[in-house]
Amino acid sequence: MKASGLSEFMAMGGYGFYVWTSYVVAAVAVAFEIIAVRARIRAAVKSALRPDRAVPVADDTQ
Amino acid sequence: MSSIAWFRLASPASFFPLARRLVPWFSAGAAVLALAGLWLGLLVAPTDAQQGDAYRIIFIHVPAAWMSMFIYIVMAFWCAVSLTFNTRLAAMLAQALAPTGAMFTVLALVTGAMWGKPAWGTYWAWDARMTSELILLFLYFGYMALRNAIDDPRRADRASAVLALVGAINVPIIYFSVKWWNTLHQGASVSLTSAPTMAATMLAGMLIMAFAAWFYAIAITLIRVQAIIIEREQNTRWMGELLPWIR
Repeated sequence: MKASGLSEFMAMGGYGFYVWTSYVVAAVAVAFEIIAVRARIRAAVKSALRPDRAVPVADDTQ
Repeated sequence: MSSIAWFRLASPASFFPLARRLVPWFSAGAAVLALAGLWLGLLVAPTDAQQGDAYRIIFIHVPAAWMSMFIYIVMAFWCAVSLTFNTRLAAMLAQALAPTGAMFTVLALVTGAMWGKPAWGTYWAWDARMTSELILLFLYFGYMALRNAIDDPRRADRASAVLALVGAINVPIIYFSVKWWNTLHQGASVSLTSAPTMAATMLAGMLIMAFAAWFYAIAITLIRVQAIIIEREQNTRWMGELLPWIR
């Protein structure tokens, strides 16, 4: 694409709303998933390390 | 004796450190591929003669739609493995894939609506392609809801695996819907059996974005499976020893 300037690039030939909504929604979804999954690890570790939790019992071997 | 090594890796205790080591590589690959794909798609690829710049949604839409179906197939595969061999790691991988599959399905539907309005004049139509993709989203939601509804993880594994396997019939229906029915949605843009009809830079951008989505899906699944292993194996001795070191 021969965009002569930023405003023309953002306009996307009149389809800016549709194009940029798609890209922004994708970026937000990916960012949210990364934050959520990291928070899930932290929450799992925190919950497993609670002092009132039961003492480890079984070994892992099936 | 490679078979022994595979069975050893099928234990969460061996897989957990492997997943941690692999994440940075797939994350970096996803970032580099996404930057290259966005550069090609937004700055290099020419404006389409018919659709103008609206077609640039393709660089998100097609990879997201492919991943939504592909992740479901991989998830169903691990469900089949977990039912057949009664392995926990296979069920954990299926559990880890579902939210990412649902995320890509939402993206495929939203970007499809954003493309449908300028291309067809409507955000949504109840045609076979869109309806079956919406059913895919409900299958992902149903799988996750069923898991959450069952307290015992092993029972949740089995029940949700059956649901996932029955729902797998929907994936070929999505894929072939544009052939089997008269749909508003166009046919496949890329085929293994015929020459591409798109400009080379458009096609390259789309394929690179698809690889980026693939790497991203692997990375995020490997992170989520760690959380699931911590949640489900926290009573084991090896996890008890590892827990203070996980950040």
